[in-house]
Amino acid sequence: MNAPLPAAADWPLAVHQVLLQHRIGVVGYVPDAGHKRLIELCQADARMRCVVLSTEEEGIGLAAGAWLGGARSVLLMQSSGVGNIINALGMVHECRFPLTILVTMRGENGEFNPWQVPMGQATGEVLRAMGTVVHRVDAAADVAGQVDASLRIAHGSYCAAAVLIGQRLIGIKSFQEQANQ
Amino acid sequence: MSLHRRDVVQTLLADRGGLLVVAGLGSTAWDCTAAGDHDLTFPLWGAMGCAAVMGLGLALAQPKRRVLVITGDGEMLMGLGSLATIGVRKPANLSVVVIDNERYGETGMQATHTAGGVDLAAMARAAGFASGVLVRDAAGVSALRKAVHEADGPNFAQVKVAAEKVPLVLPPREGVLLKNRFRAALLGAGAALE
Repeated sequence: MNAPLPAAADWPLAVHQVLLQHRIGVVGYVPDAGHKRLIELCQADARMRCVVLSTEEEGIGLAAGAWLGGARSVLLMQSSGVGNIINALGMVHECRFPLTILVTMRGENGEFNPWQVPMGQATGEVLRAMGTVVHRVDAAADVAGQVDASLRIAHGSYCAAAVLIGQRLIGIKSFQEQANQ
Repeated sequence: MSLHRRDVVQTLLADRGGLLVVAGLGSTAWDCTAAGDHDLTFPLWGAMGCAAVMGLGLALAQPKRRVLVITGDGEMLMGLGSLATIGVRKPANLSVVVIDNERYGETGMQATHTAGGVDLAAMARAAGFASGVLVRDAAGVSALRKAVHEADGPNFAQVKVAAEKVPLVLPPREGVLLKNRFRAALLGAGAALE
């Protein structure tokens, strides 16, 4: 049961390594089941200051302030949370703050909860409308590479970049499994 | 006798030393500019509700510097969750000061929730700030200035000021300019090339 995961399946570990390579010092997040392991890896790493946010919008301010102070940051959120950051992304665009957002997707690919579908389907479009470069991954082996690419374009081109991590990759939330836990 | 917003901000920013300042959009950004436009003041022209949490990001990135957020009651009310986020993270070098005229000053002086009795200082204390004070007089402002520079935070103050219209004193508007001048002053000229 606790056997090591195959490297491709343990994408959070690979992403954590990429974050370290890019000297990410601040990690802001609103929890999502799909980000559980990455959050735990970041929390256990003394080189990263983790900040639990009450809403995703705070993450934009946090990242902007951190960059003014010389620290690089990354934000972790669920696709529904993208709806909470739209106006604040205007600041990122106007000031050309480098910003990377890792988004775990809901509302697609067999979603059980219909309330997740509208925002999940609009996530990429909303981000692009606010000037964010959007990468999408649907295979675990590709996540770390796309996170690396997003961090490079965000810091190289002074912009916001997002990686949408598909629900097919994370797995569909099962309320039955949750009830049995 | 009521405090006047420009006097309060002038006092808070006098002899500011290495203080890093985030100014919330609207009247408090103009107040900070009236006290003297400064490379190490980042005035917000948007992102309403984000001022306090920007201060958190800055305080985490620069733990040896004192960080001061000066914002309005309307702006703070839009980011109340950030009081909890800051209260839990507890940055000792951060102070958040709300200049509270109980009005949305830029849109026609409509009443905010503080006019209806919402006690932001109590909220900050309840959220875990090291201090949360209500300031109504000049002695309180002097004590607050000292706390901003010396007291272990996070510190919060709600400074009640007169609901008055004051002349517009506008900071530069371009975001990239504001960002780059702040980073150059704090991190050195090479920061713009990172």
